[in-house]
Amino acid sequence: MFVFFLTRLLRAAVTILAVVTFAFVVLRMSGDPAQVLLGPDVPQEAVDAFRKRWGLDQPLWIQYFAYIQSMLSGDFGVSMRDRSPAIELVMQRVPATLQLTIPALILKLVIGIPAGVYAALHRHSFADRGVILLAILGFTIPSFVMGLLLVLIFSVTLGLLPSGGQDTWMHGILPTITMSIGGIGILARFSRSAMIEVLGQPYVRTASAKGVTWPDVVWRHALPNASVPIVTIVGFMVGSLIAGAVVVESIFSWPGIGRLLVVSVGNRDLAVVQCILLVIAVTMVVSNLIVDLLYGWLDPRLRAQTAH
Amino acid sequence: MSSTPSVSTLPPRRGYFAAIATLRRHVPLSVGLGLLWLLLMVLIAIFAPLIMPYNITAMDLSSRLAAPGHPSHWLGTDELGRDVLSRLLQSIRVSLVIAFGATIISAVFGTTLGFAAAKFRGAVEHLVLVLADFQAALPFLIMSLAVLAFFGSSMLLLVCLMGFYGWERYARIARGLAISASSQGYAAAVVQLGATPMRVYVRHILPNVASTLIVSMTLTFPEIILMESGLSFLGLGVQPPESSLGNMVGFGREYLTTAPWIMLAPAFVIMVTTLSISLAGDWLRDKLDPTVR
Amino acid sequence: MTAPILEATNLVRVYPGRRRLIGKAAPVRAVAGVTLRVMPGEVLGIVGESGSGKSTLGRMLLGIDPADGGEVRFDGNPMPRLGTSEWRALRARMQLVYQDPLAALDRRLTIARQIGEPLEIHNIVPREHQQARIDELMDAVGLRKDQGDRYPHELSGGQRQRVVIARALASRPKLLVCDEPVSALDVSIQAQVVNMLRDLQERNRIAMVFISHDLKVVRNIADRVAVMYLGRIVEEASSDVVFKAPQHPYTKALVSSVPVPGKTLEGRMILQGEPPNPANPPSGCVFHPRCPFAFDLCRTTVPTLRHTGPDRTAACHLVPGDAEPVAA
Repeated sequence: MFVFFLTRLLRAAVTILAVVTFAFVVLRMSGDPAQVLLGPDVPQEAVDAFRKRWGLDQPLWIQYFAYIQSMLSGDFGVSMRDRSPAIELVMQRVPATLQLTIPALILKLVIGIPAGVYAALHRHSFADRGVILLAILGFTIPSFVMGLLLVLIFSVTLGLLPSGGQDTWMHGILPTITMSIGGIGILARFSRSAMIEVLGQPYVRTASAKGVTWPDVVWRHALPNASVPIVTIVGFMVGSLIAGAVVVESIFSWPGIGRLLVVSVGNRDLAVVQCILLVIAVTMVVSNLIVDLLYGWLDPRLRAQTAH
Repeated sequence: MSSTPSVSTLPPRRGYFAAIATLRRHVPLSVGLGLLWLLLMVLIAIFAPLIMPYNITAMDLSSRLAAPGHPSHWLGTDELGRDVLSRLLQSIRVSLVIAFGATIISAVFGTTLGFAAAKFRGAVEHLVLVLADFQAALPFLIMSLAVLAFFGSSMLLLVCLMGFYGWERYARIARGLAISASSQGYAAAVVQLGATPMRVYVRHILPNVASTLIVSMTLTFPEIILMESGLSFLGLGVQPPESSLGNMVGFGREYLTTAPWIMLAPAFVIMVTTLSISLAGDWLRDKLDPTVR
Repeated sequence: MTAPILEATNLVRVYPGRRRLIGKAAPVRAVAGVTLRVMPGEVLGIVGESGSGKSTLGRMLLGIDPADGGEVRFDGNPMPRLGTSEWRALRARMQLVYQDPLAALDRRLTIARQIGEPLEIHNIVPREHQQARIDELMDAVGLRKDQGDRYPHELSGGQRQRVVIARALASRPKLLVCDEPVSALDVSIQAQVVNMLRDLQERNRIAMVFISHDLKVVRNIADRVAVMYLGRIVEEASSDVVFKAPQHPYTKALVSSVPVPGKTLEGRMILQGEPPNPANPPSGCVFHPRCPFAFDLCRTTVPTLRHTGPDRTAACHLVPGDAEPVAA
């Protein structure tokens, strides 16, 4: 188990390094930030001074190592726009994003999983078909279409809810719903198939054959085993709590990380973009790591394997 | 095998109607409708330039923001008086071409990496693993956003970028199947005949894993359509004056209150197309290859 | 005297054992020092229980499994390394017939294409004459010409094995290793396939290593027989001699397990117990725990393979023979 944990940790570290390198290479190779930020009419001296100021006159690999070094010491660079530390700018936006993504995650869990399990338990029924159809609809409709449709219905036509901004809790309703619908569909479909597979397993049939009551079969035998694959998907959803809001935040002008990313990308604010990529990658990697460890805890077979 | 629709087993005289009846028995209605819609989309993609009533940039300033049902503009016009139907047809073509090209790139790239990992193991396998980890750590939309914003958007870059979507799925499948094929069975037998690794992989293993790979393409294809339209919606995908389904929705959004049809028409096409592919793909998966999720 | 087509000296193959939680992995010596030679046109039978290492030995003779010790020489030259172009080129001259023909065939190609594959790979026959050669091969193994368009799953087990044999013979090899070629077939078909193999072998003067657990089958086809037990050859002699007058107790037990019509079952030697775990072989003679004649020496000292008569060898303390072991 210890070796297993260590390998996973190492892989996580390599992944984060790969993301940092990617961000660095793409962002630095793609163009001259000095030109973009200062505009075309600025005298050459000013451009040179700007480059010196930000270390852009150094060879690329020196910039790279300097960047890694400063990050290891907790310095994530300074926004070229408003001269404040990038990490602060990013962290300021995190709560706003979480205000949308956490309620959305809760909605996905409390609607998606029960719907999927219910459909699996009543297979081929009318409700089952309904769940499948809604689930497929849910994840095939892109969030920007869904968001705009909701705005069209609830804001434009009915005038019930605000279409953008972050002033009251009412403003959060449409973005949260928009964000959760796709995930509900995915979770419902996934839990349904996981549950159906488990229900067909010999140990479940044995349990019901030997007289265990049906609710007990479901709660004690089927659900714990079906939870293993479901955890993977949920882990992925937790991992994208920060990244999954780009489109929705743009639609509803919600001042979270996603909007900051789109804006910073437009401004070529290197430090901020790198910082966001890093924050997103770390969240993803950490939640993947937790899922891997949870796996071991949920599935004794894997626990035995990893012991070797 | 016997459950797949087979026209050849029909008595010749009843031909046409019987074929439809047989299809109805074997293909669920929803899947049938989905397939019909996809056929329509493919025909549109091929013949768009011939059937477009107007040029997509042709402005009709006398009838701007005309509502659908207008005698010369069936689906209405946009803020510049451009014909929504023509733009829609062209957008379908662009979006499908991008998604199709990207799906092929992704399949070729992923399969090659998967085979390489199976053939060379060791370091190559680790490299593929790191790449897959990387892809899992950085949501594709975020990565594309960064790349497109900084390199600027061009059609070629967009297709190539989208071509990196979903490669790890093919790589995983190709690697697993290649390893199991070459540790025993026909692939080992062909190696033993003296065949070069190239021949073993291209002539023998590839045809044997093709059906599984094609089935995974039906998973990737709609996802790429969604990804491209999402990027275009954010203004970073297909650039004007060219038009794609996503960027039509993006620009139509400005007129949500006054001319919702600009946005609704492409939104409807996106929805129905991805839905159709999902339904048809699910059905195909059950028929051909139950091992792929 | 002619030179042997195949010569193996002291072959050793060690598989790493399964790792345990505590302690080191115990390596398994699947082949533990095998020396043998095959003359051109000769059929050498290798018999042994499952797990005796006979299949591994067969793969080593073809250079598919690398040797951890010892060497294989084909036609006087050392075996090239697996996967090199020399190794690939050599495949035209030595071929393998598999136990499971369905697994050995590509289910997406017609059998004619598969039979012709060695011709394409080794560029032996010009493209325009390939079809003629394929027809000739199919005829030689008793397949009808019209069956060429079939796919493997459309054929019976015996027909599939004929396809595999035709494919193996396409490049006119000088050596054929048959690894349990008939054990997956119906008994009624076995004899047909064995007889056909024997015919083809004689007609084309192919040397053959015929691996089987089934003594009756080996007896029908082999000129000489080597008996394997736990990775070692315990007795080797011409086929008639081995079956008439086996020397090693293990061979005796094997031979007496084959029922002979008209003979009572009295005097049969029944083997006790299971073959030991190859990861943890017994001391001394590996056969001693199951041997009814074992005495003290057998528990401590490994018997070497010695000449025990003209053209025959055995590895047993009880069998009188040369003082000197067979050259290792």
